[in-house]
Amino acid sequence: MTSTSQKVAGIPAAPSVRRGRPRLGEKAIEALLVLAAIVSVATTVGIVISLAVPTVEFFGTVSLGEFVTETLWTPLFAEKHYGVLPLLVATLIVTAIAVTIAIPVGLGSAIYLSEYAGNRTRAFLKPILEILAGIPTVVYGFFALLAVNPWLRDIWPSQTKPEFQNMLVAGIAMGLMIVPTVASLAEDAMTAVPRSLREGAYALASTKMQVSTRVVLPAALSGIVAAIVLGISRALGETMIVTIAAGLKTDGIIVNPIDGAATMTAYIAGAGQGDLPVDSLDYLTIFAVGSTLFLFTLALNALSIRMVRRFREVYE
Amino acid sequence: MTYPEDPMDTTIVPPRLSAGLSLHPSGATHGGENTPVIDLADVAVWYGDYQAVRGVSMPVARNQITAMIGPSGCGKSTVLRSLNRMNDLIGGARVTGVVSYHGQDLYARDVDPIEVRRRIGMVFQKPNPFPKSIYDNVTYGLKVNKMDTGRTDDLVEQALRGAALWDEVKDKLKTSALALSGGQQQRLCIARTIAVRPEVILMDEPCSALDPIATGKIEDLMHELAASYTIVIVTHNMQQAARVSHRTAFFTAELDDAGVRHGRLVEFNDTGRIFTNPADKRTEDYITGRFG
Ligand SMILES: Nc1ncnc2c1ncn2[C@@H]1O[C@H](COP(=O)(O)OP(=O)(O)OP(=O)(O)O)[C@@H](O)[C@H]1O
Ligand SMILES: [Mg+2]
Repeated sequence: MTSTSQKVAGIPAAPSVRRGRPRLGEKAIEALLVLAAIVSVATTVGIVISLAVPTVEFFGTVSLGEFVTETLWTPLFAEKHYGVLPLLVATLIVTAIAVTIAIPVGLGSAIYLSEYAGNRTRAFLKPILEILAGIPTVVYGFFALLAVNPWLRDIWPSQTKPEFQNMLVAGIAMGLMIVPTVASLAEDAMTAVPRSLREGAYALASTKMQVSTRVVLPAALSGIVAAIVLGISRALGETMIVTIAAGLKTDGIIVNPIDGAATMTAYIAGAGQGDLPVDSLDYLTIFAVGSTLFLFTLALNALSIRMVRRFREVYE
Repeated sequence: MTYPEDPMDTTIVPPRLSAGLSLHPSGATHGGENTPVIDLADVAVWYGDYQAVRGVSMPVARNQITAMIGPSGCGKSTVLRSLNRMNDLIGGARVTGVVSYHGQDLYARDVDPIEVRRRIGMVFQKPNPFPKSIYDNVTYGLKVNKMDTGRTDDLVEQALRGAALWDEVKDKLKTSALALSGGQQQRLCIARTIAVRPEVILMDEPCSALDPIATGKIEDLMHELAASYTIVIVTHNMQQAARVSHRTAFFTAELDDAGVRHGRLVEFNDTGRIFTNPADKRTEDYITGRFG
C-alpha cells in the first residue's frame, strides 16, 4: 500500500487515501491478458476465414445441390462425384456407436466414482481415468483393428462377418476413447453438487441410487451435458481411429455398420497428404468437407446450450 | 407458556425396521405414556479414532420437544445424527452403546437405515431445498417412498399447510424453491419432511440462518408439530430452548487426561428445571452466560 501520510508536529495527520505511485505491474498484467484473449479470438477467426474462403471457391465449381444430394463421393477418381452424404452418414454412424457406448459407461463410472466409491478408491481410480484420456488415438485405432475386430469376427453370429475395416469396430474404439473424458468431467460436475443436497435427500429415506439419479444428476446436468457434448465433439473430430479402423471407402452411402466407410475426417486425412496441387478442385474438397464438419460441431454446441438452459437445476 | 404435560395416549404399533422378526423378545407393551420413542444408553460416537462424544444416556419422549444445548463442538449434532443413522454417510463414523427406537437397536445388523430415516426425518441448519420446484420438493419424499399414489396434490397441500407455508406459496407451486426466502425455504424443508409422515423429526439448529421473525414462525410451528410428532432440536439459542422445549439435555466438551476433547452429556431434565434450578454447576454457568 502506498500511504503517503506525513506527521506534522502537533497535528495528527489524516490517513491519506490519495493515489500514490501508479501500479505499473497491474497495467502490464492487464495488457498481457488482453493480448492472450486477442490471440485466441484471432486464431479462431483466422481458422474460420481460411476454411470459408476455399469453401466458397469450391462451391463456385460444384453446386451446393450436388454436394448435399449426390450419393457418391469420388473426387479423386476418374469419374468424379461430389456428394458429401456418404462421408456424413459414415461420420454419424460411427459417432452414434461411440456415444451409445460412452454415455452409459461414462455416466455409470461418474456416478460410481462420485456417489459410491470410497475416498481411497476414488483417489486411486480418478488418476487412472485421466491417464486413459491421454492415450494417443493411434493406439486406439490399432487396438480396434488388431484386437477388437478379430474378436468381433469370432463372436459374430451370422455368416457375413464384419469387414477387415468397419464402422462398428471404429465406433467401439472411439466410444472407449471418449469414456474417460465423459466420466471425468461428469464426475467433476457431480462432485460439485453441495453435500447438503445429498443429506437432505438421504434424510428423506432415499437410497443411494435415488440420491444419485434424482438429486445429484439433475443438479449437475449442465456439467454432464457439457461432458457429453465434449465427448461427441471429440468423436466427430476424431481422425486416427476411423482412418485406421473404418477405412477410406467413399463410393456410395454405406449404412451397415459392419462395413467399412470413410468418415469426413478420414477423407480429409487421406486426401490431405500433400500430393494434391494447391487450388485444384480436389484440394478444395478438403475445405468443403472441413466446413461441413465445423458446422456440425457448431450446431451440436448450440443445441446443447439450449438443452442445458431448459433442463438444468441451478443450485445457489 | 404452557405445554401439554401428557403426551397423547394413543396406542401405536411399534414399527419394524428390519425384514426379520421384531426385535423385542417379550413383545412388551409399547406406546405407553412413559415409554420413550428413542432411548440412548451409554452412547458414544467416534470419527475414526477420535471419540467425539461419550456417555450419553437419555430418553426422547413421545410428542414432546427435546432440546440439546451446549457450547460449540460438544457433540450435539453428532448425537442428533446418530438418531437416524445420518452418521453412516460419514466415512469412519461409528456409534457404540445402544440407540433404541421402540426398543429396537437402531444399529443392529439387520436394521435398514433407509427405513430408519423414513420414520425419523431431519431438518438441517442451513435450509437445503432441492433445486426443483416447490411442488417437486414436497413430492420428492413421497416418490422415493412410493407414497405418491393418487391424491398427491392433496398430500402436498397438507404438508405445506402443516409447515405453515401453504398461504405463501399456493399460487407458485411450480416455481423454483430457491426463489423463496430463507425462512420460507426452511419451512419448505419441514414440509417435505412431514410429507412422508415420520414419527420423529430431528432439527439441527433450524433457525440459526434465519431472522427473528422467521425464527418466531418456526418456533410456533414446532409447538403445533409437537401434537403429532416427536421432535428433537439442537439449538445454540438458550431462550429458544427455554421457549419451545419440554425437556433439555445440556452437553459440554471436556479435556481428558491425555488432553483430548470429548463431548458429553452433563444433565438432562425438564426444561423448567434446567433453566431455573440446574443440578450441575457447569449447566448453571452455561445458562447464566458464565461459560468460557
Ligand atoms: N465429519 C467429522 N469428522 C471428524 N470429526 C468431526 C466430524 N464432525 C464433527 N466432528 C468433531 O466432533 C466434535 C463434535 O462436533 P459436532 O458437530 O457434533 O458439535 P456441535 O455440538 O454440533 O457443535 P456446533 O454447535 O458448533 O454445531 C467436534 O470436535 C468436531 O470437530
Ligand atoms: Mg452442530
